Amino acid sequence: MIQLFKMAFRDLGRNRRRSFFSALALAIGLALLLLMAAFIRGEMDGAMDSTIRLQSGHLQVRAQSYEEGKTSLKWEDLVENPDEVVGQIASLSQVKVATLRLFASGIVSVRDESTGVRIFGIDPLSEANDPYRIGLMSGEFLTPDDREGILIGQPLAEKLELKTGDRISLSVNTSNGDVDDQLFTIRGIYSTQTNGFDSVTVFLPLAKAQAITRAENHASTIFVLLKDKEQTDAVAADLQSLNYKVLTWTKMNELIIQTEDLANSYMVLLYLIVLGITATVIINTLIMAVFERTREIGILSAIGMRGPHIMAMFLAESTLLAVGGIIMGLILGNLVVAYFTKYGFYIGKMGLTMLIGNTIYAKLALRDAVNLTIIAFVITLLAGFYPAVLAARMEPVEALRGGQ
Amino acid sequence: MEVIKIENATRIYKTGKVETQALRGISLSIENGEFTALVGPSGSGKTTLLQLIGCLDLPTSGQVFINGKDVSKLNRNQRADVRRGTIGFIFQFFALIPTLTAYENIEMPLLLIGQSASERRKRVMELLESVDLTDRGHHRPDQMSGGEQQRVAIARALATHPVLILADEPTANLDTENGKQVMGIMQRLNQETGTTFVFATHDPRLFGYARRTVELRDGRVAQNNR
Repeated sequence: MIQLFKMAFRDLGRNRRRSFFSALALAIGLALLLLMAAFIRGEMDGAMDSTIRLQSGHLQVRAQSYEEGKTSLKWEDLVENPDEVVGQIASLSQVKVATLRLFASGIVSVRDESTGVRIFGIDPLSEANDPYRIGLMSGEFLTPDDREGILIGQPLAEKLELKTGDRISLSVNTSNGDVDDQLFTIRGIYSTQTNGFDSVTVFLPLAKAQAITRAENHASTIFVLLKDKEQTDAVAADLQSLNYKVLTWTKMNELIIQTEDLANSYMVLLYLIVLGITATVIINTLIMAVFERTREIGILSAIGMRGPHIMAMFLAESTLLAVGGIIMGLILGNLVVAYFTKYGFYIGKMGLTMLIGNTIYAKLALRDAVNLTIIAFVITLLAGFYPAVLAARMEPVEALRGGQ
Repeated sequence: MEVIKIENATRIYKTGKVETQALRGISLSIENGEFTALVGPSGSGKTTLLQLIGCLDLPTSGQVFINGKDVSKLNRNQRADVRRGTIGFIFQFFALIPTLTAYENIEMPLLLIGQSASERRKRVMELLESVDLTDRGHHRPDQMSGGEQQRVAIARALATHPVLILADEPTANLDTENGKQVMGIMQRLNQETGTTFVFATHDPRLFGYARRTVELRDGRVAQNNR
């Protein structure tokens, strides 16, 4: 076996440049796939992280009849006396923070322009709202007793050419089906670096949101963040006794999970395409080697080397090419991934409905790296089979004649 | 005892629709320890006959026995098994593996029969000495002269103590001096080890080395002189 690999190594060394470029083709293919896998992983994890932080939390507690798509404000669809429920939830040891939120839909009008928005009534003092507070670009954050203040996102401000201190008209659907409108002063402009969220979401203090929607002492949801995401199911089970609907982050973000599954399926297809191309380079190299060494194959056969042994010799060459290419690919891939993990890849405002940040940071999972390495290795070995069989099936007489 | 026995062997090559009859019914037997020259002009069938004896090719009809075993209908791998350890080859071109040193080239047949490292080392050193190349063991073929390469090929052919060594025009690419040296070594090893040698040549200067000459003409045995 050692002799086999020694011969294979020396044979590859006969045409160093050709062997190097074949291994390089595999290396570039693998590096590219590592980067792609890291981008997909980073994008999906980022989207999930943003969604949990900005929108879904780890858990939400809602009235049984609440339908998110309708942004219902009917009292029977809302959580009644929500402060009590929040208190109960917050007392659980696994809970980091629980806060009330009231959702409504509305229209912002300024001059002759108007645009639809989602209104988030929030408790400005809750640490669950830190992502919005931290993202404040100008002005101040809301205070609980502010009756005229509103916080809008940067893309909306740009679209409507608004700045802190400007006044806007906000029309809001109320719990009894009417529409109420009122002038608000922009206290601040925020950015969560997530265009899909920032361009449609405005914030009001919870009390004001409850007042304008006629939903006093009610909330659409209780937003819960846990100390450890893994505890979600355990806490959800504990909360079943409240007689409210308890939604977990996996349930609320099924679209992201399905998108991730879909992306993973596409990635497998992409793996096969890219590695298929590199495999043809390896096949080509080894076929050239077989034809160049026809006479040697004849000599080895003449001294009694069996077909399977000759085959093993060429498979050893493809194994060495695979190992060389994979080592180079892992080094190259990790360097590129490290760069994009640190600096990210700016994708701009994609206007997607999913909460994808403006910059995607690569995130290479060990599992992806191991899977890709194994797939690349197996495909390269399979690529070596055809040339190896070609060599093994040569008739010694023809092989000896062929080289002369 | 007969090492080689051929009964009415023919070999027909087909190229497209054209048939070339390289051997037209050859019967021949060669005893253990003989030093035989196959002679005849180009195209007389010497190389084809050597290939049949060496189990590199199969007869179109007739039978070939090596050491009493019929090898006429064996498949590729079975023939490789017969060659390994039983038959050694010396070719006209210096048929060494260019990436291996002289030592490793000689060692290769020993690896194929599964000898231990210490046995291999002992045997290779012995062979390098017998072809007077003890100090060239770590040289690769491109660092050696044609004569030296052919001596390495002889050592490799002898490595597994085969009963039969076949040489196809072994001196054709050598100058007179090296040719003489190679033939001298083959003759000496035949006498010392009793290994059967059959070599093909059309060089009349080599006829004198043989104790037996089989002359081929147009794929038939024309003369068989002991």
